[in-house]
Amino acid sequence: MAPSTSSVITLTINGEKHTLPVDHRTTLLDALREQLDLTGTKKGCDQGQCGACTVLIDGRRAVSCLQLAVAAEGREVTTIEGVAEGDELHPVQQAFLDLDGYQCGYCTPGQICSALAVLEEHAAGWPSAATADVRPEAGPPPLSPDEIRERMSGNLCRCGAYVSIVQAVARAAEARTAGTEEALA
Amino acid sequence: MTTTTGTTTTTGAFGTARTRVEGREKVTGAARYSGDIPLPDLAHGWMVLSTVARGRVSAVESEPVLAMPGVLAVIHHENAPRVNLDYMGMIGKPDPIIGVFQHDRVPFMGWPVALVLAERPEQAREAAEALVVRYDQEPHDIGFTYGHPDMYTPPDSPFGAAVATKGDVEAELAASTFVVDSEYTTPEEHHNPMEPHAATAHWDGGRLEVFDSNQGSTMVAAELAQIFSLDAESVRVRSEHVGGGFGSKTTRPHQVAAAMAATLLHRPVRVVMTRRQMFSTIGYRSPTAQRVRLGADESGRLRVLDHRSECVTSTVHEFVERSATVGRVMYDADAHYTSDRVVRLDVPSPTFMRAPGEAPGSFALECAMDELAEKTGVDPIELRVRNEPDRGPVSGLPFSSRNLVACYEEGARRFGWADRDPRPGVRREGRWLLGTGMAAASFHSGAGPSTAAVTAEADGTFTVRINAADIGTGARTAINLIAADALAVDPERVRVVMADSDLGPAMLAGGSMGTRSWAWAVAIAVSELRERLALGGDIPPEGITARSDTTEAIGALASKERHSFGAQFAEVAVDVTSGEVRVRRMLGIFAAGRIVNPLTARNQFVGGMIWGISMALHEEAVRDRASGGLVSPDLAGYHFAANADVPVVEADWVDDPDPDDPVGIKGVGEVGIVGAAAAISNAVWHATGVRHRNLPIRPDRVLSAGTNVPEPGHAG
Repeated sequence: MAPSTSSVITLTINGEKHTLPVDHRTTLLDALREQLDLTGTKKGCDQGQCGACTVLIDGRRAVSCLQLAVAAEGREVTTIEGVAEGDELHPVQQAFLDLDGYQCGYCTPGQICSALAVLEEHAAGWPSAATADVRPEAGPPPLSPDEIRERMSGNLCRCGAYVSIVQAVARAAEARTAGTEEALA
Repeated sequence: MTTTTGTTTTTGAFGTARTRVEGREKVTGAARYSGDIPLPDLAHGWMVLSTVARGRVSAVESEPVLAMPGVLAVIHHENAPRVNLDYMGMIGKPDPIIGVFQHDRVPFMGWPVALVLAERPEQAREAAEALVVRYDQEPHDIGFTYGHPDMYTPPDSPFGAAVATKGDVEAELAASTFVVDSEYTTPEEHHNPMEPHAATAHWDGGRLEVFDSNQGSTMVAAELAQIFSLDAESVRVRSEHVGGGFGSKTTRPHQVAAAMAATLLHRPVRVVMTRRQMFSTIGYRSPTAQRVRLGADESGRLRVLDHRSECVTSTVHEFVERSATVGRVMYDADAHYTSDRVVRLDVPSPTFMRAPGEAPGSFALECAMDELAEKTGVDPIELRVRNEPDRGPVSGLPFSSRNLVACYEEGARRFGWADRDPRPGVRREGRWLLGTGMAAASFHSGAGPSTAAVTAEADGTFTVRINAADIGTGARTAINLIAADALAVDPERVRVVMADSDLGPAMLAGGSMGTRSWAWAVAIAVSELRERLALGGDIPPEGITARSDTTEAIGALASKERHSFGAQFAEVAVDVTSGEVRVRRMLGIFAAGRIVNPLTARNQFVGGMIWGISMALHEEAVRDRASGGLVSPDLAGYHFAANADVPVVEADWVDDPDPDDPVGIKGVGEVGIVGAAAAISNAVWHATGVRHRNLPIRPDRVLSAGTNVPEPGHAG
């Protein structure tokens, strides 16, 4: 008997379980787009070079074109469609909208998912290549424009909206810090 | 909901910063691009491209592939229906690459030779990769050089004369006190919009319907009708959201292949290009080799402007990168000679790419002006001011408006130019040498015929219908503001319906002409509508609609030199140990007519300037002489600026009124790249004392060129 080339899997996308048959070659990106009609996640290069297909897997950013759908079973996947709370935009989304952090919009879902992870990574104290002092005891560096540029460099934008993307991430970071302080107060 | 970021007004919407009408859709992932449209029973097409640079297809071995799971068909030159390419499209004769699978000839590496169709994309892809295509290979020539023996002078075209002359160049050169004679090169560059070209085609009620990623669905629908010999009314093309174009999203093989396959299979077909396929099938910017000779008197006034540029095209289509035309607008000189020549090689057809001609041409001319400034000892801005023309330097026509000097002044003030020490190689910060540079920019301002309809609805709202395309420019929002302003109503009361060929003919988003063209049509329709509304009376349930067509108005426009202008400033740091060049800040000040939406216009200008950073430092497609193909056709091998490459980039504008112009809008999409690479290159000279005349300014080039830094102690 020929070995099976497809499986029925259950994916958890934006908190919702989807059971679907997938060809074992199917990437998470193609499963989202072609089988679940979640087309917000974009295919820019299909080889992990542009970041347009960035999603969060268990809270960490990943390019979904380099993930096989079968390998995403049992993990929490968040796509751009799961970022807003109903009609209320996430502060990152709102900042991209208000500050015009895009032009054509095609890289935008990936930029926003990446930005969400940047804020978490930074809060967790992860350094970047732009971090001057990487000793753990130094704590998280200020999320300066250079830090944002470095951390967002996995997401290409050919329109060249980087200046406003950096502004949008900075504004969302400020909102997050203010929110955290409010919660602690 | 859209929100204003500036002062909220209910009148005077024109000129008010406003977030994008479709912004919420774009930040939530709800915006559907052409590869995102679900259709029942959709089949997937995967293109197969030639793996040789010249020859004939001797066999397409379809049989084994047709036996693979899910494979529906393989279309190639032996079974494809015939198509018609004998027509003139909106942007000229069609590039033969869109006549897919019509013959066995292979004119370059990456020519479409087959389309594999399957139920699922994985199946189509695997079958396409498994398909064996055999070739009778022939020797190819892809080697572009200045003075290639087959270089020829192309015929004049609507995009410019091949040669323009005035006065006696050689006599004026002989009489010049200062002469610059330099050669410059720019490499093959690729558009790489983030959204790959994608088309979803199907037949619906006897009509061919295509969801497509393009810069103008009037153009694409008309061409598909020609190609498949259909009535114009039998084709509908929609492109609601488009993920960038930059000149590449015209009629391309994917639409034709998808429509052909949908016809053969009797079911919807989607064809999406892969990133790598885009490097040979959608056009690109030709490499250029340019020679500039400037002759000036002792005060720096130009006696001669001589700019000769050469470029490449394919053996099947003539496209000329008209780099030498920029000087015909920029500078007065007693004698002018500007020419663009081209050679046909076994390479893909180039095409329009952001500021075609002006982008590479301004690199050479504006670097040469900087070299002349160095020779004459005149400040680079002052030198340009001294050579400002009163009228078109070659045409003799008046300028519609030319506020370039105001750009210099405002730019110099904001950049801090007055404090600049002109000497090169004297600023050091650790391992970094620092420098600043500037350059001028221009881009022509045109318009194409468009139709529009504006409806006063019974509920008090207004609907604008125009077949515009928003490829990221903010066109949808701009049209909303233009209409609201003309109607003197809040933008919230105006709905814009666009990107659908059924709306009637309109200009494409290209040549920085879209917004100007569409605004014109909308303004005329609104004016007509307001006249009818002024008569009073109730609005019937179907509303009251006024229509416009700008064909006559554009034809009646007085002959003038119409251009956007700008001044570019850059500060760079050059690492003398690694050869790395970092741009530290850029400032662009533009005179580009009336600015419709400051928020999106600024983004466009800045985006163009960032293209300039890429052009100066990163972008370069390397063609392999042995295979005839590109060495690294993907986004890892072909680098354009990532976020960390981009520093503080600011753009702003000066007033640029043109009371005689019926629209007052010029383009903002392209002028931002013009001159940007030259400003960076001039700054690299100011930092290192060495001229870099070959783009991109790679680390290895910086290292091997070295520096020309005064000895310590002699720097004063």
